[in-house]
Amino acid sequence: MGGRRRARPAKIMGAVLRFLVIVVTTYLGLLAVTFFIGRVIPIDPVLAVLGDRAPTHVVERTREAMGLNLPLYQQFFIYVRQALTGDFGISVLTTNPVMTDIRRVFPATMELATLGTLIGAIFGVPLGVLAAVKRGSIADQIVRVIGLVGYSVPIFWLALLSLLVFYARLKWVAYPGRIDIVFEYTFTPITGFYLFDALWQRQWDVLWDVFRHIILPASLLGYFSLAYISRMTRSFMLNELQQEYIVAARAKGLSETRIIWGHALRNAAVPLVTVIALSYAGLLEGSVLTETVFAWPGLGLYITNSLQNADMNAVLGGTIVIGSVFIGINLLSDLLYRTLDPRTRQR
Amino acid sequence: MMHKLNGRLRLLTASAALAMVMAATAPAFAETPKDTLVEAFAIDDVISMDPGEAFELTAAEITGNTYSMLVRLDINDTTKVVGDLADSWTVSDDGLTYTFKLKPGLKFASGNPVTAADVAWSFERAVKLDKSPAFILTQFGLNGENVTEKAKATDDTTFVFTVDQPYAPSFVLNCLTATVGAVLDKKLVLENVKPVTPTDEYKFDNDFGNEWLKTGYAGSGPFKLREWRANEVIVLERNENYYGEQAKLARVIYRHMKESSGQRLALEAGDIDVARNLEPGDFDAVSKNADLATTNAPKGTVYYISLNQKNANLAKPEVREAFKYLVDYDAIGSTLIKGIGEIHQSFLPKGVLGALDENPYKFDVAKAKELLAKAGLADGFTVTMDVRNGQPVTGIAESFQQTLGQAGVKLEIIPGDGKQTLTKYRARNHDMYIGQWGMDYFDPNSNAETFTANPDNSDEGKNKTLAWRNAWDVPELTKKTKDALLERDSAKRAETYKELQKTVLGESPFVIIFQQTEVAGYRGNVKGLKLGPSFDTNFVAGISKE
Repeated sequence: MGGRRRARPAKIMGAVLRFLVIVVTTYLGLLAVTFFIGRVIPIDPVLAVLGDRAPTHVVERTREAMGLNLPLYQQFFIYVRQALTGDFGISVLTTNPVMTDIRRVFPATMELATLGTLIGAIFGVPLGVLAAVKRGSIADQIVRVIGLVGYSVPIFWLALLSLLVFYARLKWVAYPGRIDIVFEYTFTPITGFYLFDALWQRQWDVLWDVFRHIILPASLLGYFSLAYISRMTRSFMLNELQQEYIVAARAKGLSETRIIWGHALRNAAVPLVTVIALSYAGLLEGSVLTETVFAWPGLGLYITNSLQNADMNAVLGGTIVIGSVFIGINLLSDLLYRTLDPRTRQR
Repeated sequence: MMHKLNGRLRLLTASAALAMVMAATAPAFAETPKDTLVEAFAIDDVISMDPGEAFELTAAEITGNTYSMLVRLDINDTTKVVGDLADSWTVSDDGLTYTFKLKPGLKFASGNPVTAADVAWSFERAVKLDKSPAFILTQFGLNGENVTEKAKATDDTTFVFTVDQPYAPSFVLNCLTATVGAVLDKKLVLENVKPVTPTDEYKFDNDFGNEWLKTGYAGSGPFKLREWRANEVIVLERNENYYGEQAKLARVIYRHMKESSGQRLALEAGDIDVARNLEPGDFDAVSKNADLATTNAPKGTVYYISLNQKNANLAKPEVREAFKYLVDYDAIGSTLIKGIGEIHQSFLPKGVLGALDENPYKFDVAKAKELLAKAGLADGFTVTMDVRNGQPVTGIAESFQQTLGQAGVKLEIIPGDGKQTLTKYRARNHDMYIGQWGMDYFDPNSNAETFTANPDNSDEGKNKTLAWRNAWDVPELTKKTKDALLERDSAKRAETYKELQKTVLGESPFVIIFQQTEVAGYRGNVKGLKLGPSFDTNFVAGISKE
């Protein structure tokens, strides 16, 4: 480790400070934009709480209690102050504190996204490599078509179609939802990642059931990230394979496998990590359409439902979580980048 | 090192492929447990399970199955009521005092005895909490100060209810069948109250268990509420302490599924027993499937198009009448609402006391043109309509747009989210609106009050009835509606509502189109499934499985 020049403490402090300023302004901006959009949409938030049939005096009392009679800037100020103490308010729709809800729905999205990204990376990277190595061949064309379909076909259509084929016709997978109703009351999740929980508790029948539920939506998400990852891998690899060190390696008489997987991919992996991390972050937002079709109780579905019901506390809370995920993953991929690419360490 | 990674990659790829093959050969077990009914149902309207607060349709169904009231609608003749917890009741000669005698030996699910004190306290808490459905009780002159006097227990099995005017007994009793009249386990709820600081708006020092009851349960119905997770699931379990006949199934699970097509798939595959939100196409397919069966029941909800009287053109009586001739009732009935609704042009749904069952209007362009010419609008005009996204309203709006066009009226549809169009409607900023009205309680006054009463038509008007929302200023009708409440002879009372409906049919800015039919598709092994006349009478206790 240890670069040639040691970073001076002041420089580190500066970097940390810069990072903090960016994070804080990002959060504030995020909050302000979401908050004000939430207030200008032409939906009466009281209507969301009480429905159409509440008598007028109840409506007025609730409006008062929700602080909606105050000027907008005051409402925003109160909201930010509460958010700083970790209080994101109560969700209208579920009557739970917003953070309690998110703690429950986020693992569902994360489990799906993780599996999806794994599938995407495991199949996408080798396919991309294949396409680059056999550039212009039939294999390349096939990978291109696979990618093109993944890019251009709407995911909800493919989701419905796959449900029709694999669930309704072939009965290979389980119906929409996370877990079968039979296990709903015999299985107690600990972490909220059902696959892991079932494995940990050695409940094999539950594990199998959870797998049958998750495999189709995860494969679909995986397919879509595969389309993206394989395209990017191909172009990164093509770039590397033209480099002189490859020629040098060949001249040295190294095996083609070693050259491709050991040298070219190793170098292509650096930007690839960012690509995969960003596609993972995208999936972590909760893929609304996939979650809707598969009745997957995740973050995307939660925020969409809340938005449709003008449940602004929930929408704001969800936005903050998504923002945090993005900031976190960006930071992480930055760090990974530095580890993988020795040059960045010395700058 | 890269070789190793490569090896691992291969291993992972291979195991992933293996997993897929395993999935392919897995046997499909698609059957729900024998003692459990699984219903797919859009339950996203629920915001609370507290009977003193809940006012949504799904919550009504759950409360109806998990709580007991003093009296219930008679399912066989919905113009009458029968005793639930009440064994008998009498009305004093002056029509002000109702004395209820409870059945002996009743128990809550918790095991606590049901006494008249529980009834009185349930009334007290609903009135003091003063949430959305509380007006059903407070309209009898109850308020936070007098409720303990006006609704009280005189001994363990006698409950006395005093009203402020000699109302029609049918009106009072019908209101008591509403879910806000559910009887709560006082002892159990009191163990779960939360202290609050009294304010000007809320003068009491505790929340009467409201927070706990949002997801909790303290009733005595055939089922008990085990769990409600918003937008996911509602679980009911048999109440072994129920006074009446025991429920046949041990458990009923309502699983949140919004999409009609998804419900149909799951029903066909046997993963659910009942599908509750089938749209016409899917309902049709289910009814043709030999393994499945369907049932339906008319519900107390009517769909209508309304004309804002603030718009000068729509305010002309001839235009109001012409628009009633410009709906293609037959086409809508045979396609858009096939199976899920029935053409019905009066504001009282079938099954309610005094409901008028005649549909005088037919689609008639010539007649409508004649009327428009009389109004000086022979060349037509342009008008907008706010339509929320979703069926069947969007389809009906498009059909109406086309038929209005035949008479030279250009209709612009403004699509929007449900709550968005409703916000605009409630502010009276629309030209036309298409919506539905469901009864708050099973009495003709519930709909009459909204369609024919408008006590203050100014923009500041507090009573936002449908008549107010469309600026229909009708002082005589408002008075007539009020007077009907005091008619103690049921037959005469029914007659008044018939007259009100005829007036609305002829003159009102409401084009009432159809009455909703609720449908359900279910597996062939499900027996005894029946939908009730109202949302709180969709009982599940009689359902069994083979």
